[in-house]
Amino acid sequence: MSKARYPRRKFIRDVAAVAGGLSVLPACNKSRGRWRFFTGEEADTVYAICEQIIPTDQDPGAAYAGVPNFIDKQLVGPYKRFQQTYRKGLQGIQETSLAQFGARFESLKWDRQTEVLTMLEAGKAKGRTWEKENPKAFFDLIRDHTMQGFYGSPRHGGNWDYVSYRMLGLDYPQVIGQNRYKKA
Amino acid sequence: MAFKHVNAVVVGAGAGGGIAAKELSEAGLSVVLLERGGWPHFWDHDHDELISQRTTPLGNAFGPDDERYRRVVVNPDGSTRIVLPSEGAYCNNAACVGSGTVSYGAMAWRYMQKDFMMRSTYGALHGSTLEDWPIRYEDLEPFYEKAEWEIGVAGDDSQNPFAPPRRKPQPMPPFPYNTEGRLLDPAARRLGWHPFPIPMLRNSVPHGGRPACIHCRFCVGFACEVNAKCGTHNTAIPAAIATGNCEVRTQCVASEIILDDKGRAGGIVYFDESDRQQRQTADIVVLACSATETPRLMLNSRSRLFPNGVGNRSDWVGRNLQGHAYAGAFGLFEPETYDDAGPGACLAICDFNHGNAGLRGGGAICNEFIRSPYLFTSRRPAGAPAWGRAHKEFQRRNFRRCVAVHGPVQEMPVFDARVQIDPSVKDYWGIPVVRLSGSRHPHDLEISRFLAGKAAQWLKEAGATETWPKMPGSGLSGGQHQAGTCRMGNDPNTSVTNRHGQVHDIDNLFVADASVHVTNGGFNPVLTIMALAYWVSDYIKREWKGARFRA
Repeated sequence: MSKARYPRRKFIRDVAAVAGGLSVLPACNKSRGRWRFFTGEEADTVYAICEQIIPTDQDPGAAYAGVPNFIDKQLVGPYKRFQQTYRKGLQGIQETSLAQFGARFESLKWDRQTEVLTMLEAGKAKGRTWEKENPKAFFDLIRDHTMQGFYGSPRHGGNWDYVSYRMLGLDYPQVIGQNRYKKA
Repeated sequence: MAFKHVNAVVVGAGAGGGIAAKELSEAGLSVVLLERGGWPHFWDHDHDELISQRTTPLGNAFGPDDERYRRVVVNPDGSTRIVLPSEGAYCNNAACVGSGTVSYGAMAWRYMQKDFMMRSTYGALHGSTLEDWPIRYEDLEPFYEKAEWEIGVAGDDSQNPFAPPRRKPQPMPPFPYNTEGRLLDPAARRLGWHPFPIPMLRNSVPHGGRPACIHCRFCVGFACEVNAKCGTHNTAIPAAIATGNCEVRTQCVASEIILDDKGRAGGIVYFDESDRQQRQTADIVVLACSATETPRLMLNSRSRLFPNGVGNRSDWVGRNLQGHAYAGAFGLFEPETYDDAGPGACLAICDFNHGNAGLRGGGAICNEFIRSPYLFTSRRPAGAPAWGRAHKEFQRRNFRRCVAVHGPVQEMPVFDARVQIDPSVKDYWGIPVVRLSGSRHPHDLEISRFLAGKAAQWLKEAGATETWPKMPGSGLSGGQHQAGTCRMGNDPNTSVTNRHGQVHDIDNLFVADASVHVTNGGFNPVLTIMALAYWVSDYIKREWKGARFRA
């Protein structure tokens, strides 16, 4: 599109509309309607857990990849059977955080969050929920689901922007129709 | 509405059933082929690792679904749990036209001569029902050849000094080596071993009206995007339909074999796609539903003469469930070894299938099929972090630098590793479900340790900077290579069918799948299943000419 056909005034108006839209988006993050299964509070916890499992470094992590959205979507689909495990497990993680460090999991410093999850993984977590539930089983479940959401196909709501494929150097959609073996 | 009586009803449109349907319909018999799934299509899964055959957390693209199917697994402590098809313990293969041959890796092995003579080669083993087959490799050889030429195999057995004798070469040239192959081939030769290209049921050149493999990343576990993989869904079953004698009925779930007062099979009761109960009467019934579903159907079919299930007079139906323990090693390399091209698996050695001191049998060792990112997240040495920064760093650095060599260990059959009918749990149609119990023989783990050591040695020789072993668990075997539950044999007291797959006592009931395997070889079983289906069909065709089965 040439400059002449796109008047300056219209350009400013359009930019303002887009910027305005962007400023509204973060608010949607907190609204109840965005999640299918999680409550807003649970979602905050899940974001923090997933980011611990696959952190952001030079490549984006689980939060950017939309892994919580993946898990939420599966929990009303194929993973319906894990709904109660999640509800109790997320409750249990808060109990452990409070008992250990006196604050909610998502507000803890990075290393303390890691400590809480390490306790769960070792099966030694404090909290009433864990008297009945198995902390290691819950941790292994959410760990595995995070891996699926980050490294699996984007069609299920995770791996947004193909982040894991780009990290591994895999083109997607795959370029096909060529013989990639070198001629021996 | 009653269906027209036909000559043969074949249950299960997989490797065995597809070939039986083709052979019988080509011989002029009227055939109905029942399949509980539908026709598979590539776009059903669309490069989606999470529903592929190898990793199924979100369900099986090739069936069965989690909503209508379930099984019961007996835990080591005697308690039971219900498992879904997407869970590993379900022991799933597939449920669609072509079944496992749609999504398989497609290795096309002939079992070796000794694989048919395990008992006479190695003697009895305590705790195992190890036995010879009632047939020899030489009996099956012409049918292996038929499978290779009609379904389509790329390979060159002349490069394998341990290959059993053959009359005709494979129809297509073998696949070339990828980066892994070029690393591993000279390393094996330095160790004095004999590497060669893996035979594959996949077009290396255009064949059978279908194109050659394009070496895409999505191979094992996926349907082929360009139809270069050879399964019964694109070879035998279309040929059966083309005869005009075979009707394929999909979404039909068999519940029972019809039995008459004289103890003969009269057809199949099944639920059609609208869940209506139907009866298809036939002169002959051929079962090819897999080593878990074939015994289930037999055990669910009872009559006055067979109160414990048809063919189960000696309590051998469902016994000796076996598969393959996979043993080997992973290795990390400094240069990149991943070339983003399927099928990935390209070379193997058969140096350790037999003749290993103190061990009964062994297995082929091959490099692994191309692996997808999620599958790789669990590929870590013992003690390596399973999450966090270090896990991600390992994934990023080593996804392209990890090579696995492993192989299927020939398992020792165990009488109590078995398929039974659960007394209370039923599926969506009200059919009692499979109950799996038992564990593998400890000797499997001894062989596995031995092969894992050889695999690590191979990787180190090829330049791996670090290796770690891959070992099977001690629990029940089965899986996609499931076999053995309706053993063929000459003695009706210790087997279910005779050497032609014909159920003892019932002359018009046949089994044409891996259920009849006595032992399962140290190889992927599909070409043997295909050869056996030709073998069983050949017998039926010869006997049919004598009008023996006519009602």
